[in-house]
Amino acid sequence: MKQTSYAAKTAKTAKSARTAAAGTPATASADAPALPAPGGPSGPRPRPASTVAERLLAGVRSQGVLAVLLSVVVVASFVYPTFATLDNARGVLVQASFLAVVALGMTLVIITGGIDLSVGSVFALGGVLAAWASPWGLLPALLVPLAACGAIGLLNGLLIARAGMAPFIVTLASLLGARGLLLALTDEGATTHLVPKGSAFAELGQGSAAGFGYPILIAVALFAAGGLVLQRTSFGQTLFAVGGSGDAATLMGLPVARAKVTVYVLSGLLAGFAGAINAARLSSGVTIIGTGMELDAIAAVVIGGTLLVGGAGSVTGTLWGVLLLAVIQNLINQIGSLNSSYQSVVSGGFLILVVVAQRYVSRTRKSL
Amino acid sequence: MAPPEAAPPAARGTASASAPTVLEARGVGKRFPGVVALDDVSFTLRAGETHALVGENGAGKSTLIKVLTGVHRPDAGELLLAGRPVGFARPAEAQAAGISTIYQEVNLVPLMSVARNVFLGREPKNRLRLIDFPRMHAEAAALLDGFGVTVDPRRPLHTLGLGTQQMVALARAVSVDARVVVMDEPTSSLEPREVETLFRVIEDLRRRNIAVVYVSHRMDELYRICDRVTVLRDGRHIHTGPLAELDRMQLVSMMLGREVSEVRRDGVTGFGADGHDVTRTPVLTAKNLVRRHQLDGVSLELHPGEVLGLGGLLGSGRSETAKALAGALSLDAGEVRVAGRPLARSSPAAAIRAGISLLPEDRKAEGIVPGLSVRENIVLAALPRLSRGGVVSRARQDRLVEIFVKRLRIKASSPEQKVGELSGGNQQKVLLARWLCLEPKVLLLDEPTRGIDVGAKAEVQALIDELAGEGLAVLLVSSDIEELVEGADRIVVLRNGGTVGELVGENVSEDALLAALADHAPPAETTETAPPAETTDAVETADAAETADAAETADAAETADAAETTDAAEAIETAEVTEATEVTEAAEVVEATEEDPR
Repeated sequence: MKQTSYAAKTAKTAKSARTAAAGTPATASADAPALPAPGGPSGPRPRPASTVAERLLAGVRSQGVLAVLLSVVVVASFVYPTFATLDNARGVLVQASFLAVVALGMTLVIITGGIDLSVGSVFALGGVLAAWASPWGLLPALLVPLAACGAIGLLNGLLIARAGMAPFIVTLASLLGARGLLLALTDEGATTHLVPKGSAFAELGQGSAAGFGYPILIAVALFAAGGLVLQRTSFGQTLFAVGGSGDAATLMGLPVARAKVTVYVLSGLLAGFAGAINAARLSSGVTIIGTGMELDAIAAVVIGGTLLVGGAGSVTGTLWGVLLLAVIQNLINQIGSLNSSYQSVVSGGFLILVVVAQRYVSRTRKSL
Repeated sequence: MAPPEAAPPAARGTASASAPTVLEARGVGKRFPGVVALDDVSFTLRAGETHALVGENGAGKSTLIKVLTGVHRPDAGELLLAGRPVGFARPAEAQAAGISTIYQEVNLVPLMSVARNVFLGREPKNRLRLIDFPRMHAEAAALLDGFGVTVDPRRPLHTLGLGTQQMVALARAVSVDARVVVMDEPTSSLEPREVETLFRVIEDLRRRNIAVVYVSHRMDELYRICDRVTVLRDGRHIHTGPLAELDRMQLVSMMLGREVSEVRRDGVTGFGADGHDVTRTPVLTAKNLVRRHQLDGVSLELHPGEVLGLGGLLGSGRSETAKALAGALSLDAGEVRVAGRPLARSSPAAAIRAGISLLPEDRKAEGIVPGLSVRENIVLAALPRLSRGGVVSRARQDRLVEIFVKRLRIKASSPEQKVGELSGGNQQKVLLARWLCLEPKVLLLDEPTRGIDVGAKAEVQALIDELAGEGLAVLLVSSDIEELVEGADRIVVLRNGGTVGELVGENVSEDALLAALADHAPPAETTETAPPAETTDAVETADAAETADAAETADAAETADAAETTDAAEAIETAEVTEATEVTEAAEVVEATEEDPR
C-alpha cells in the first residue's frame, strides 16, 4: 500500500510543485496496485473490533435496564417475602403483558422517529369492540377490534407518511377520535358489553398453559416475532434507517413511506389486540381504561433504551422497561402504607435517569 | 455485487468514443417556485465513460442529477435509459434501473453499522428469509477492503472519519448492479490517499463499461479522470465535448460566461496580485495555545490589513486554532490578546465582543440556520446591537441587510427567502455578511471557499482581499494550497497542533509551503526556498509526515477515552516505526481507528 499513498501524495503535490515532482506521479500511479478482489488472496488485515468503550456504551444502552430490573427484583425478594412468590410473579406478568404488547408497537414507531399517542384510546376501543362482538364467537371478537384499530393505525400512517403531517398531532387527534368512538358505542359508558362466560374468547384472557396465563404467552410470542422482524428482516433495518436518517433512507431507495405506514398500522393492531385480550380477561369491555397508557408505553420504550429521536432501540429493552414499571408498581402495592400514586413518581424518576444517560451517550457520540 | 477487480488497463477514452448511449436526457425542464432550474437541457452518457458535469452553483447540476436519479420529476422533456423512455417517480426506481448515486454529504445512517449501511435494502438472506449477519459482515469486509477501508464492519458508521464514511458510501453505490454511477462532489471530504482510491475505483468502473457522471469543482480531478464534459450555466446546456479539447481557461470561461481574456487577467483565484499595506502593531496575538490532544503550542500575530494564511495538513490543528481564537474551544494553556488586552473568558460571546468573528468550516452545521430568511440569518449575531430594551428595530435590520446584500452581491429572490434554498456560495456570503455587520477587527475564515462554485469562489476571494485592504485583519484557513499562496500575505504553518514555521515575502509560494508542510526537521524559519531536488525528497517524506499526523489524531481521539488505550498504544507503536512502508501500513491500522478530528 506504500505505493498508493505515495502516489496520492505525489499527485496532490505535483500540480503545485510541478518542477519538483515531475515524472514521479506517472510512474507511481501506473504501479498502483489494483483493487483486490473480495475474499481473494489479499490476505487478512488487522480489522480492529469495536473499541471497549463503544461496546460498553452499547451494552449499557441495551442491558442497563435489565441490570436495574434484576437488582430491584433481588433486593425486593429479600425485603418483602410476599414479593418473591410465584403467585405474585404471575400477577405482575399478566398485568405487564398488556402494556408490553402496546409498548411493542410503540417501540417500532419510536424507532422510525415517530410517536403514537393514540394507543391508550385504541386499547380501550379494542376492548369494547371485542366485548361487543364476543357473543358471535372467538373470531369476530378478535377480527372486529383488529380491523377497526388497524384502520385507525392506517389513517395515522397515511396522514403522517403520505401527507407529511406531524405524528404528534395526527395521533393526538386519533386519541381523541378513538375515545369518542368508544363513548358513542357504549352510550357514554352507560352500556357495558359483557364477554359470555366460558366462551373460547374469555378463555383466551383467563386461561393458562404450563402455569402461565395466555396473555403472558401471547406477549412473549409477539415480542419474539417483533425482535426477529426488527433485527433480522429488511423491513426492520429500514425502520432503523428511517429513524436514523430519513433523507438518507429515501435516497438509498428504501420504502420510507411504506415503512412508516406499516409501523402505525402495527401499533394500532397491537394496541387493539392487547385491548381485546384485556377485555377477555376482565369479561367485559371497560370504557375507562387506557387513559394515559400511551405515556406508560412511551416511558417503557425510552427506559428500555430506545432513542426517542429514533434510529436506535430494541424490543428486548422495551420488555425490560415494561417489567421494571410493573415491578415498581407491584412493590409500592406491597409496601401498602405508601400511596400507590407514588408509583408514578418512581417511574418518572427512572425516566429522567434514562434520558440523562441517553444524553450522555449521544454526547459521547458527538465528541467521537 | 461485482467488486472492483484487477484487469488489464484499458486505453482511456477508447471505450467511450463509439460506445452506446446508456442514459440520455432530452430537452429536460424543471421549474421551482420562482426559478427555472433547468431549461431544455440535454445530456448524453455513453457506456464506460467518465463524464464531467460542471457549472456554477445554480447552473442546474444538482437539479439535473436529481432528475437523473429519480429525486425530482422533470416538468418537460424525457429520460431514456438504453434508448427506452423511463420515468422515475422515486430514487428507488432509478436505483432499480441501475442508476446509483453518491452524494456530497454522506447519505448514510450514522447510528447503523458499516455493514448494515452497505447492504441496507438488499441484505443477504438465509433460507428462512432472515438476514444472514455473518455473511453480511464477511461480504462487507471483503468489499470495503477494495476501497482501502479496513474497519470492523460492525462498527457504527458515525464512529468513522468523514472520509472513511464517504468511502463506505462509494462502496455501497458501486456494489449494487449499477450501469451508471453518479458522483456529486465525491472528493470534498476525502484525503489525498482516499481520492487516489476513488480514482482507481473509477478506472475499474470504466473497464467494466459502467458510466460515471462526475461532478466536482476541482479542475485537477476533472482533467485527470474525465473523458467528456458537459457545461451548464443558468439552467441551460452550454457545451458537451471531449475534455481534452478544452483548456482550463476555456472551461472556466464557459462556466462563468465570461471571456477568456477576462478570466486570464484575473488569475486563477479571485485574489489581487498585490499584497496589502500592513500596520505593524498586531491586533491579535496568540501565545502558545495548548489544548490536550489538539493544540500544542500555537503562536501567531495578526496585523490589521493583512491576510494571514494558516497552513497545515489534515489534523494539524488549523480549524482548532481558529476555533480557539474565536473562543469556541476552551484552552488548557496559552493566551489570546486582542489589541493588547487579554481575552478574559473563552466564550464565543466574549470573543465577538472583543471584535473577533469566525466563519466556521462546516457551513451547514455551524453557520446557517436554513429555515430562517436571509435577513434573519444576517442580523442574527448583531441582534444585541440592533435592539433597545430587547426590542429589535426592523427598519435598522432592513437597512443593514440591504447594504450587505448589495455589497456582497447575495443572490436571493428577496431578503425573506430562506437561506436553505440558496446555493452554497450565497449561503457563505450570507454568513460573511452576518459577521461583517458586527464590524469586527479580526475575521477568522475557516475554509471560506470549500464546496462553492468557481464564480462565487472568486467573488469571496476578491472580497477577502478587499476587506483586508480596508484594514481588517484576516486569518485564512485553507486546505487549498493555491488559495493560501495567492490569498495570504504571510503563512503560518502548523504541524501536530503547533506552529512550526512562517513563510513571508518571496517565500509565500507553493513550493515553499509544500516544503514547510513536508519538513520533518525542527522547522527552521522557512525563509529559504527549498531547491527542486530537495522538494522531491520532501514530497516523499510528506507521506510519512501525514501518517504521523493521522496517528497523532487518532491517538488524541482514542486516548480521550481511557478504556481504549490498547488500540491507541498499538497505533502509536506501529506509527513510530520509521521505515516508510511500515508506517503506511500502520496508517491503515490507524485509519481503522480513525476518528473525525473535528
